[in-house]
Amino acid sequence: MALLSIRNLSVEFATASGSFRAVDAIDVTVDPGDILAIVGESGSGKSVSMLALMGLLPWTATVTADEMRFDGQDLRAMSPRTRRRIIGKDIAMIFQEPMSSLNPCFTVGFQIKEGLKKHLGLDARARHARALELMEMVGIPDPARRLSAYPHQMSGGMSQRVMIAMAIACRPRLLIADEPTTALDVTIQAQILDLLTALQAETGMALILITHDMGVVAETARRVSVQYAGQKVEEQPVGPLFAAPHHPYTSALLAALPERATTRLLPTIPGVVPGQFDRPPGCLFAPRCTFADATCQNTPPPVQPPARGLARCHYPLGGPA
Amino acid sequence: MTAPVLMAEGLSRVYEIGGGLFGKPREIRALSDVSFEIARGRTLAVVGESGCGKSTLARVVTMIEPPSAGRFAIDGAEVTPARWAGLRDAVQIVFQDPYGSLNPRQRISAILDEPLRINRKALSRAEREAKVREVMALVGLRPEFHDRYPHMFSGGQRQRIAIARALMLEPRVLVLDEPVSALDLSVQSQILNLLMELQERLGLTYLFISHDLSVVRHVCDEVMVMYLGRAVETGAKAQVFDHPRHPYTRALLSATPLADPARRKERIKLTGELPSPLNIPAGCAFAARCWKAAPRCRAERPPLEGAGHRVACFFPEAG
Repeated sequence: MALLSIRNLSVEFATASGSFRAVDAIDVTVDPGDILAIVGESGSGKSVSMLALMGLLPWTATVTADEMRFDGQDLRAMSPRTRRRIIGKDIAMIFQEPMSSLNPCFTVGFQIKEGLKKHLGLDARARHARALELMEMVGIPDPARRLSAYPHQMSGGMSQRVMIAMAIACRPRLLIADEPTTALDVTIQAQILDLLTALQAETGMALILITHDMGVVAETARRVSVQYAGQKVEEQPVGPLFAAPHHPYTSALLAALPERATTRLLPTIPGVVPGQFDRPPGCLFAPRCTFADATCQNTPPPVQPPARGLARCHYPLGGPA
Repeated sequence: MTAPVLMAEGLSRVYEIGGGLFGKPREIRALSDVSFEIARGRTLAVVGESGCGKSTLARVVTMIEPPSAGRFAIDGAEVTPARWAGLRDAVQIVFQDPYGSLNPRQRISAILDEPLRINRKALSRAEREAKVREVMALVGLRPEFHDRYPHMFSGGQRQRIAIARALMLEPRVLVLDEPVSALDLSVQSQILNLLMELQERLGLTYLFISHDLSVVRHVCDEVMVMYLGRAVETGAKAQVFDHPRHPYTRALLSATPLADPARRKERIKLTGELPSPLNIPAGCAFAARCWKAAPRCRAERPPLEGAGHRVACFFPEAG
């Protein structure tokens, strides 16, 4: 059975200029031990969909879903109090900016132990021992001394390790990492990605990796879901996605990578992602798509079968299924 | 070979911090002894991680602050603070964050007009206006954008505006400080193409600062890899990328994720992090993280040696 299963998730924000649909009918399925990458550009709704799962969106957001199940429990029907027993324990999340996600007023040790106390009810001695163990697991040198350090005394890489230690403190079964390495240097990025995949292999937890970096996806994920303007446009295992993308957007995105360039001028995707007021009636990618015709402009595309990467396209690459 | 447009020799920049009333101020050596030459129409990329001194180098070259030691020249004209005013036209800069570097209260026309109003006093209003429109067309901004404000534009369009502003005074050298790092992938390629087209049409010389090696590999002719304020390896693109000789360059290349799941490669694992620029180790700055470090590396600093492809290491890789 799937660990996490979300059907038809939509999130709308009430803004001064009317409602804005940030996430549009998204399905997410994650099995135990899976590594799913959600890729997309800014505004594709990749963070918002996961924040909706965590219940971390502000009151202006309206979340609707046909199904939102974690480990067989329906998250929609749950009271906030029951839900809080799962969030932070069985589902944990790490964020992009390690420096600003830690509370500057408390020591690192306090922040790691907080969850251990709330969720696991450990006594002070056990909490301290577990915190030391966690600091070692994430590769922080001299953990005993670092536990009493404040966030400003640590570098970005170290802060991100602390965030990871906090997230895995209660042995979550699903870890959501939202751009965990975007703010870090490449050599530190490599360390953090290695750490995340090693922890994943060791604990068997499932990992959802939200990123915009195709390189990170290729080296880390097993399955990839591509999002564009709030919709999932394609989902495939990582190998086939890079080798034979079915949605024109995925294909154009891969072609725009400088490392895949064959000519001095790079292939580009003209235009920009549609905003609140210029959402096209048909396919959302149609205005930028090389293959779009009148059908694409006017009719929302169907979702293709798995053999065509679940592409949300009238004319998937590789021919009709 | 043509004479270099930009020539730098032994550039250093030291900041003093703290100290208080009686304490001794401490020194941060942000940039130490950096030398390079860039020929007209070429691109030199400066790569390295945060704290390696690449942005300090940009500030020195654009004459925002003077070097603490060393000298540099533009088209053979020695640059000294006394001559800054006359030479600043020649070097312009494009910053990383197009959201922070444009004044939100100025229209596009005013943003682009300002450099002319200040530096080209002889031009009439109509001439300035014509020049603004000409440069807007050059960078691919539609004429109707003329009276709009920056908030009405996406990141890519804003970066075009920032590039247009840098081009207003017809500079010879553009310093590009992480020009595409804040942009989405689909927009990044548009801006990179624009930069390459402009270089070809206007014969511009680029100092391209970036941490993204796949972008650097695509746009540059020569590369300088920096670590903690010093150049550790310099050379032509093909030499540095295909036959890296400094262990740090090798580690940096192997740490860069490749968008190709079929090519699983062995990563060189660097332990530890950059030492603080407040107390740079005596020997090779990279010795603490290097897997080849020997006692000699910790005692003396390796000089940057070699012809063409230069490397600062006692035990360079075979390449």
